[in-house]
Amino acid sequence: MEHLCSLGANNKKMTMLRESQIMKIHYITAVAALFVVAVHIMMRIAIMPYGMSLEYENVIANYQNIPYIVLLESILVLVSIHGFNGLRVILLELRQSKKWEDGVTVLTIAGMIALVAYGTRTIIIANGLGVE
Amino acid sequence: MTEQLIEKIETMEKKHEKQKHQREKEYPKSSVTLKIYRANRRAGESPHYDRIEVPVQHWTTVLDALLYAKAYKDQSIGIRYSCRMASCGSCGMKINGIPRLACYTKVSELQGREITVEPLSNFPHIRDLVTDFSQFFAHHHNVEPYIQNDNADMQEKNKLTEFIQTPEDVDKYLQFSYCIKCGLCYSACPTVATDTQFPGPQALSQAYRYFIDSRDTAPKERLNLVDNRHGIWRCHFAGSCSSVCPKGVDPALGIQLLRGHLLGYSKNEKKAAELKERQKKDD
Ligand code: HEM
Ligand code: SF4
Ligand code: FES
Repeated sequence: MEHLCSLGANNKKMTMLRESQIMKIHYITAVAALFVVAVHIMMRIAIMPYGMSLEYENVIANYQNIPYIVLLESILVLVSIHGFNGLRVILLELRQSKKWEDGVTVLTIAGMIALVAYGTRTIIIANGLGVE
Repeated sequence: MTEQLIEKIETMEKKHEKQKHQREKEYPKSSVTLKIYRANRRAGESPHYDRIEVPVQHWTTVLDALLYAKAYKDQSIGIRYSCRMASCGSCGMKINGIPRLACYTKVSELQGREITVEPLSNFPHIRDLVTDFSQFFAHHHNVEPYIQNDNADMQEKNKLTEFIQTPEDVDKYLQFSYCIKCGLCYSACPTVATDTQFPGPQALSQAYRYFIDSRDTAPKERLNLVDNRHGIWRCHFAGSCSSVCPKGVDPALGIQLLRGHLLGYSKNEKKAAELKERQKKDD
């Protein structure tokens, strides 16, 4: 019975943030992402026909536009935080053991950082391409 | 055009309803077949279903039917019950796939002549319809389901301390105090099904019940108890707990309300300070 009584208790785990703080970030990033993605889509269809906006010159031109880069970078950061935390939540419910949970935490944080880094790299390279 | 169509559909529906009523009147159920899940793994008996026909009256409950089967057809049916009046919480089982109290489900309210009874999901199985509640009770135990009050004098038994509550204070937790720990909500919860450490709707709604009670002075500790990786945040608001509760408790509501406090957008009107004031007046 003793081991059962410790189930779900406030047992010490690898944590920097409380779960309520993490979920607050999750909800805030979700709402913020909804907003920035809406702006992003609006800009894609409002400025020129959608097909045209995918042409090479126009894509590169977008990366010269600093406010637009800020928008893209914020989408990248917000969706990465929200998405990888979402993935963490799903994986945590899949299996319960210290090894698995610590692995999930490390992997999702690493994935989040890697995706943001790779996306930022793309933005920087594309930004540099137009400058001749 | 659409109005005519709607009218046509409505008359058709009414006709159908009438026919259904007539059919039911014509053939009242005088017997039903219980399809009972049987398994005793420890004795090497693998799961199977036994079909037993039992006579029923208009008022027969599924528990009555099972007890009839046990008394006259097969004494070995494993079943747990006690009060027969929806207050002990021990006769929970899946009836036609839905977690219900056998003593609180009348045969006449179920469709068809065959009733399938199975042990509750999300509980370790013991035998036939009996499941193991240790983990469920441990989760309940973990949320410290009792009033904690620093101002209550536990030593001096002669000195009675009275904590007055207004009807509004009582309303905040009353429905949650009707919980009989039958485990139906726990059995219906999809998160409990995958996350073995998730406290479940029963324990979490009890955490709220004591958190919001104006006599309790440990609200912070209570929040900490459920604010962890497998805690309250793993509820995704399926709401199945609330739809199966036989006592009218809405555990999903309790969970959402407690979350509001954890996220800081609901305030717990300084209960402790209020209590101290009251105590001062009493002294
Ligand atoms: C722009 C894209 C997205 C938006 C706007 C968004 C929005 C939201 C919102 C509002 C919630 C809260 C709902 C609730 O708690 O029930 C939520 C929850 C969630 N999201 Fe997203 N989401 C997005 C992308 C993603 C991605 C890419 C993933 C996963 C790979 C994801 C996984 C989750 C999960 C697992 C939850 C449930 C969290 C919980 O209830 O505990 N989301 N999302
Ligand atoms: S909340 Fe309802 S369904 Fe859940 S254990 Fe209590 S009485 Fe049973
Ligand atoms: S026998 Fe007590 S609740 Fe059903």
